[in-house]
Amino acid sequence: MELVCPAGTPSALRAALQAGADVVYVGFRDETNARNFPGLNFSPEELQEAVALAHGMGRQVYVAINTYPQAGNLAPWHKAVDTAARIGVDAVILADIGLLDYAQQNHPDLRRHLSVQASASNPEAIRFYKQAFDVQRVVLPRVLTVREIADLIKEIDVETEVFAFGGMCVMAEGRCSLSSYATGKSPNMNGVCSPASHVEYEQRRGKLISKLGEFTINSFPDGEPAGYPTLCKGRFIGHTGDPSYLFEEPTSLNVMMMLPELIQSGVKALKIEGRQRGKAYVTQVVSGYRKAIDAVMKGETVPFIDMANITEGTRSTAGAYQKNWR
Amino acid sequence: MSENQKLTMGPVLYNWPAEKKRDFYFRIADEAPVDVVYIGEVTCSKRTPFFTPYIPDICERLEASGKKVVLSSLALVMSGRERNELTDLTSECPWEIEANDLSAISLLSGKPHVVGPFVNLYNEGTLGYFYQNGASRIVLPCELPVDSIAKLTDSAKGREIEIQAFGRLPLALSARCYHARSHNLSKDGCLYVCDKDPDGMDVSTLDGDPFLAVNGTHTMSYTVNNLLGELKELSELGVTHFRLWPHDEDMVKIAEVYRRTLDGDDDIEKSNAELEELVTFAPFSNGFYHAVEGTKMVE
Repeated sequence: MELVCPAGTPSALRAALQAGADVVYVGFRDETNARNFPGLNFSPEELQEAVALAHGMGRQVYVAINTYPQAGNLAPWHKAVDTAARIGVDAVILADIGLLDYAQQNHPDLRRHLSVQASASNPEAIRFYKQAFDVQRVVLPRVLTVREIADLIKEIDVETEVFAFGGMCVMAEGRCSLSSYATGKSPNMNGVCSPASHVEYEQRRGKLISKLGEFTINSFPDGEPAGYPTLCKGRFIGHTGDPSYLFEEPTSLNVMMMLPELIQSGVKALKIEGRQRGKAYVTQVVSGYRKAIDAVMKGETVPFIDMANITEGTRSTAGAYQKNWR
Repeated sequence: MSENQKLTMGPVLYNWPAEKKRDFYFRIADEAPVDVVYIGEVTCSKRTPFFTPYIPDICERLEASGKKVVLSSLALVMSGRERNELTDLTSECPWEIEANDLSAISLLSGKPHVVGPFVNLYNEGTLGYFYQNGASRIVLPCELPVDSIAKLTDSAKGREIEIQAFGRLPLALSARCYHARSHNLSKDGCLYVCDKDPDGMDVSTLDGDPFLAVNGTHTMSYTVNNLLGELKELSELGVTHFRLWPHDEDMVKIAEVYRRTLDGDDDIEKSNAELEELVTFAPFSNGFYHAVEGTKMVE
């Protein structure tokens, strides 16, 4: 079982490697990756050093180039693939069909993984990417149960990677325009969801109101911690007239207790979300998962590892991996 | 503009009773000035069995009135049953199919098909690939701004491109059913509560501002996308097909307004006023087209 860990900075990358990551995945400092946040990501020089460091330790580096290139402006995405190939990364993680085509034509030996942003949720879709672009691995969208994942793996000849921990989309990844509906900026086109540039907090009669663009996403009584207004994790009013977390509670994915089933299912790699998170988060999650995976691989039970301090709203869920989530 | 621009009626995305849907399509067949009609369940496979028996008769009536029929496929395909239904549809369907998921595109490779609006297509690289793979027409995703549409029509070189011109926009897909969730039901035991909201369930913010609409596993815009004022520019750019998403309003009259505008009537103000009288449940928007928030209406 391969442990694939996030790094938004060179120091987070070192932390991930020290904590036991088999692979660290990163992005370039521009709109070509789905965590296009200020102060984050790698320059080509930083990537080169990161790859040298990881390879020296017998580990790997993947590069996510997983937004959808803008019509009439393909060059930044093509250049990102070219640069990753030149530096000798171990794989690129791509979502766009045009870009997969480009990578295969121009860098046939560069290993291609299908990003979760392509949302390939069934064997027919996965076979298409395998046949057309020879993808070696697919990162599965967070819409399938563990049982469905196990069934799916039997029908495909591509490695699978699944998310184990971190922020969680409740929508099928890459198939959501909620953020651009409210802010004009989307994950697919701009590499951001519910961007900080459009977030405001407002004090109102003993409450702190969080807003995204013109829309109130949540409200917190004074003294309570106010969460980040990710659009799909706010409180809204539906048919009952009462406020509720209509789409999803502010919660984080954590599948640690399901590790034995996931390993059994034939999944090749577990992925930790959070390239936007700091070194302390990376160290804690990666070392926790390293310990848990090593224990389960030795036939031991899953150890209890407390992650409450780093989960959103201090709550965690196994999300779509369990059928009752739907 | 000329009659070269085709008007299309997209598939009904909401859970209408089967008879109501049948009657809707019969009226579209008999009265609506549309050239292409899409039909089939896109949103939730649990709804499929109720309507399927009516489809052959409807298709026959649509074709008898000179309309081209396209069968739309499910947007998010996961279960074995959904996959089998898709395989059946793509292997023996006498009508052209709109592929709304990569699984359908995979099964239709090399055969003529329509690439639907639920497939991610943002640039000329992907556009070219899909045409080469057999696409006869490509429906663009809703969040594309006019600059991107212009590049894509340029790159299409006269091949067919469709845009979503009217109706609430499908913004997001999920494995989870928000209709069931909002009624404290599970998806498996949903009691088909989505049938209570023929245009989707309105979702407001805590301040009471209307924001989104829920349609089962799909999340829609609250506002009604209306590109009437942009039809001329889009036609000049080379867009060939203009989609109206069905709503529980007088879609024949709405289609007449769009047809008239495509045919050259340039009194947009009057036509928009007419549309406002026909569409009473939510205001209009065109923000995505103008590269701003999708919820906005740019005059």
